[in-house]
Amino acid sequence: MANIAIKVENLSKAYQLGQIGTGTISRDLERWYARIRGKEDPFLRIGETNDRSVRGTSDVVWSLKDINFEIEQGDAVGIIGRNGAGKSTLLKILSKVTAPTTGKISGKGRIASLLEVGTGFHPELSGRENIFLNGAILGMRKKEIQRKLEEIVDFAGIERYLDTPVKRYSSGMYVRLAFAVAAHLESEILIVDEVLAVGDAEFQKKCLGKMGEVSKGEGRTVLFVSHNMESIKKLCNKGLLLNKGQLIKNDSINYIIEEYINLSTNTASIRFAKSENREANILKVELRNLDDEAKSEISVYQKWKIYVQFELTTAIEDFVCAIGVSNMLGAPLKTTWHEPLNLQVGTYAAEFIEDKTTFAIGLYGIAVGLSQKNTTLHYIESAINFEIVYGNEKVNNNVLRFTTDTGAILDQMISSVYKL
Amino acid sequence: MVNKEEYNWTIEAKASLFDLKLNELWAYRDLLWLLVRRDFVSFYKQTILGPLWFFIQPLFTTIIFTFIFGNLAGISTDGLPKPLFYMAGITAWNYFADCLTKTSTVFKDNANIFGKVYFPRLIMPLSIVVSNLVRFGVQMLLFIFMMAYYYFVVDAHFAVTWAIGLFPVIVILMALLGLGTGMIISAMTTKYRDLAFLVTFGVQLLMYATTVIYPLSEAFNKYPAYAWIIEYNPMTPIIETFRYGFLGEGSFSWGSLGYATGVTLVLLIFGIVIFNKVERNFVDTV
Repeated sequence: MANIAIKVENLSKAYQLGQIGTGTISRDLERWYARIRGKEDPFLRIGETNDRSVRGTSDVVWSLKDINFEIEQGDAVGIIGRNGAGKSTLLKILSKVTAPTTGKISGKGRIASLLEVGTGFHPELSGRENIFLNGAILGMRKKEIQRKLEEIVDFAGIERYLDTPVKRYSSGMYVRLAFAVAAHLESEILIVDEVLAVGDAEFQKKCLGKMGEVSKGEGRTVLFVSHNMESIKKLCNKGLLLNKGQLIKNDSINYIIEEYINLSTNTASIRFAKSENREANILKVELRNLDDEAKSEISVYQKWKIYVQFELTTAIEDFVCAIGVSNMLGAPLKTTWHEPLNLQVGTYAAEFIEDKTTFAIGLYGIAVGLSQKNTTLHYIESAINFEIVYGNEKVNNNVLRFTTDTGAILDQMISSVYKL
Repeated sequence: MVNKEEYNWTIEAKASLFDLKLNELWAYRDLLWLLVRRDFVSFYKQTILGPLWFFIQPLFTTIIFTFIFGNLAGISTDGLPKPLFYMAGITAWNYFADCLTKTSTVFKDNANIFGKVYFPRLIMPLSIVVSNLVRFGVQMLLFIFMMAYYYFVVDAHFAVTWAIGLFPVIVILMALLGLGTGMIISAMTTKYRDLAFLVTFGVQLLMYATTVIYPLSEAFNKYPAYAWIIEYNPMTPIIETFRYGFLGEGSFSWGSLGYATGVTLVLLIFGIVIFNKVERNFVDTV
């Protein structure tokens, strides 16, 4: 049997929601009283799974619940999950920043964790002084840092600025230096949170290269959290899929990514309050797939539609409902509308199906407007946001490289309007 | 099958109260020095006077105390030159007070670092105590300079006694007392911050219950019934011994110094235990 580097058994972590104040002290006393009598903690019995969108009855949630897995030595493991799945909590527990509520982790070898780049950097100190300080915070001995100093400086490419206070550094230099220190830790296990989101593309590539070298070349174990499926796929051979604090799957990375996309139950669906002094009100905007399921993410090349529900309080002639797609920077990419209609009082739904244009991977926003001729009746600039994500294997590389701030083709979508 | 013995670390939900992880502390000793260096260097970066700023506070406090308590209120100084009497008290008290107040906010001040990376948390309060030692050392130089001035120029009447040999003991006692009390407060304020409001204000009040601006003998003269409050304050014997050693006046006794040592050790051990307990989970509530 292969060597196990980390073994996690029945790991759980509970968090308390809401404010801490006079209201919580009575419960703290209750817990303390239960503990001295040797009873079960009453606070933990009532915990709920961590579903952020639903208002629960309890203010205790399980950020992680009964997690069990083993990681073999030399594996590069990608930890995948939506926001709130418990990825960061898992990393925090593994890096000993916070203790688990129940359960046990055993492992062998030194752990270096990189939850943030440049932890403990002091702006007034020079680059050299900060290398030593940061290295020591991460657990290196002075001698060790001394030995690696040249390598670190070389990797960060800041030789000229070595004796300048880091507050004078550009943000890129700062991040490069910080990553360089962490990357040169001599540890058997490396834990990396989404720190690669910073820095330019070239540097990200360099970091990924370094991490690949660490796991493949040196046989060290790497745990890596990212929302970027591309880099996870490149770097990792195994994956852990978390959802709402539970471990869904522990398998090879390709299966995990597939499962992750199928898991998309989040929706980009927003209801709006109506105003009495408007003749027309937008009630709801939703992103759907062609099976009419509400989604927040769509795989690239998959077709999608925008569903808009609105209400008219008076009959309106030449009524138009229009939507606009903009990129993450807010620049409009595409607008579309249906033919002007004469509508009676009532609640209606409009659907706009994306048919011809393929949008690149990235974040998009939808603006919705109701108008009569040239008068705007109700307009919402950023009604919903959604994401086009990396899908299956067959995706054309050009689409991947296409970024959302480069623009898109304007064309009409297929639209229909019907009475509800 | 993998043997249990092969794992060399474990993380568990509950840890022993008395597992103080002192060996780990030793492994991180380089970090302690680097943090002390950081505190010292960053203090005077971009200033013209640099470490001279360490002098300003005790100097001005001494001047003000001399005017208000010495001249205006006319409180006795056991026959010692007033500025010298006050400066002895202020220098020693400041070191203790700085250790206490800085340590008491250690979780709050370092929440950012503590939330991102693990190292033995005890390193932080220790580095505070050691950095303050640097500052204390600089202020001691000022005090010794004042002593020399009064001895040679003013020709004032005071004498250094054998008790000056206890100086290292006194410094360690002040450091550990500040550290212990500070850690207790810091551990108690991670969840409920109420106590934090009391600290700055409480330290100020505590100074008046310590023999900083008056000698212990004076307290016994004026308020014989309440002087025990001042006597049982563990900082009182420390400051009295300090004055007795450097200036030859003050109520020194082995008994009271032993009492201060006992209180210090109890507070310190309690502080370390409670600090280690809180440290495991404070990130969730701070």
